[in-house]
Amino acid sequence: MLEIKNLAFTVEDEKGRQTILDDLSLTVPTGRLVVVTGPNGGGKTTLAKAIMGLIPLNGGQILYNGTDITGMTITERARAGIGYGFQQPPRFKGIRVRDLLDLAAGRKLNHGECCTYLTEVGLCAKDYLDREVDTSLSGGEVKRIEIATVLARGCELMIFDEPEAGIDLWSFSRLTETFQALHKKSDATLIIISHQERIIQLADEIVLVADGKVQQKGPKEEMFPKIIGAAVTSCSRMS
Amino acid sequence: MNKIEEALLEQVADLHGVPEGAYNIRRNGESAGRRTTENIDIVTKTDRPGIEVHIKPHTVNESVHIPVLLTATGLNELVYNDFYIGEGCDITIVAGCGIHNDGDQKSEHSGIHTFYIGKNARVRYVEKHYGQGEGTGERVMNPKTVAYLDEGAVCRMENTQIRGVDSTNRTTRCVCKAGSELLITEKLLTHGRQTAESRVDVILNGEGAKAQLTSRTVAQDESVQVFHPNVEGNAACFGHVQCDSIIMGQAKVRSVPAITANHVDAQLIHEAAIGKIAGDQILKLMTLGLTEEEAEEEILNGFLK
Repeated sequence: MLEIKNLAFTVEDEKGRQTILDDLSLTVPTGRLVVVTGPNGGGKTTLAKAIMGLIPLNGGQILYNGTDITGMTITERARAGIGYGFQQPPRFKGIRVRDLLDLAAGRKLNHGECCTYLTEVGLCAKDYLDREVDTSLSGGEVKRIEIATVLARGCELMIFDEPEAGIDLWSFSRLTETFQALHKKSDATLIIISHQERIIQLADEIVLVADGKVQQKGPKEEMFPKIIGAAVTSCSRMS
Repeated sequence: MNKIEEALLEQVADLHGVPEGAYNIRRNGESAGRRTTENIDIVTKTDRPGIEVHIKPHTVNESVHIPVLLTATGLNELVYNDFYIGEGCDITIVAGCGIHNDGDQKSEHSGIHTFYIGKNARVRYVEKHYGQGEGTGERVMNPKTVAYLDEGAVCRMENTQIRGVDSTNRTTRCVCKAGSELLITEKLLTHGRQTAESRVDVILNGEGAKAQLTSRTVAQDESVQVFHPNVEGNAACFGHVQCDSIIMGQAKVRSVPAITANHVDAQLIHEAAIGKIAGDQILKLMTLGLTEEEAEEEILNGFLK
């Protein structure tokens, strides 16, 4: 179980102090697929980064399976079983796709294993394993490799930040199937930040984050109509 | 050969003992072993220090190893090695110099290698430089490489110097005839207060000649690196210079790529980038369970691979 309590995060910019996470609390039971959605700039990515330890919080506490991980480094959280798929993954000159998958798995994977992870994100191992994860790959390709590295880690808690961003329609369809199968076959907890209706549809639970807070949350059946309604009525010209 | 020499040999030539095929091992200024084959002859120069390697035309799948080992402090040598590679050959030449200096005097090796590569011959030239030892004496290497590529020849040069060499000043000059192809890959890592300077001049004289110069370097601590890659196109040719450097600590890197077109159909490109390791690269690898130090090492290893 992941328990997020009273998270606070602020940044200083030219407009002064900005509150990004405002006393945000959330509990994610083990084995659930939770989709976090909401307007741009509402704090979704910051929340995901806070769970992985990628940002320094101003306050709050995060418990993972009863252990306080608030003070843990990124490495310690990763070793505790938390995985993270970046919204905009970095590129690496000289590091090949197979190297990155090996690093993710923590051991040398055989060809069949690499093939399985890449197939799950719609890539053919034959074409990609020996390619460098550099600027020769498109944004969508790098994004799919990023997701494959999270799958290769085989974590108990996987966080994906907008996995659909930059991915073409055909691959996106494959990706939703992968998330669905992963949720069905494993006990892993999945937190997916997304605006995509087809990903939101996969959720057990939907969490709406805006203005740095959890505005609403609940089962998909209950939340989905509300989100669609809110998306339409939030525009004054359309209401 | 003692354990230090064996270790140096492994570093500079990936060898565990005597190599297969032709070889000439130079140790502390003297020959420490030589083997020739039916197709590859090695003779000692009579006018100045060094050797001549003669490879018969159409020799394929053979290799020549010519490692140099320096374990005596205060040794300073200048060696001239010439390679005559016959038409239609397909061979690998592995050079390299390892210095182990436990003393307080400077140890220096300067090798001048000249390649005459025949028509349609293919040559892979691997050169590794490595230094070690606890002494205060400097470890210095100043290699000079000159290559003349005849029509249709292909030459792939891989130059690597990872740690241990206090000062290096490398000069490379290649002249390419029509249809020839030159690929130079330079990998360098300096640390401490080391200095490294490299000047590469490639002259593309013939129609269809191609050159690709790639330099990947890492400058750590207070080390200083300077690069001057230059491609000159005198015909309808193609040249690409790419210099990438990672800078760390208080290091300094200067990269001055140059391209000179003396023909309207010469296509020449240069790219140069210097930057520190991107923070998001470190963070990504840390999310895979690596520590910050392990992440940095993986990034540098990949970059220099």
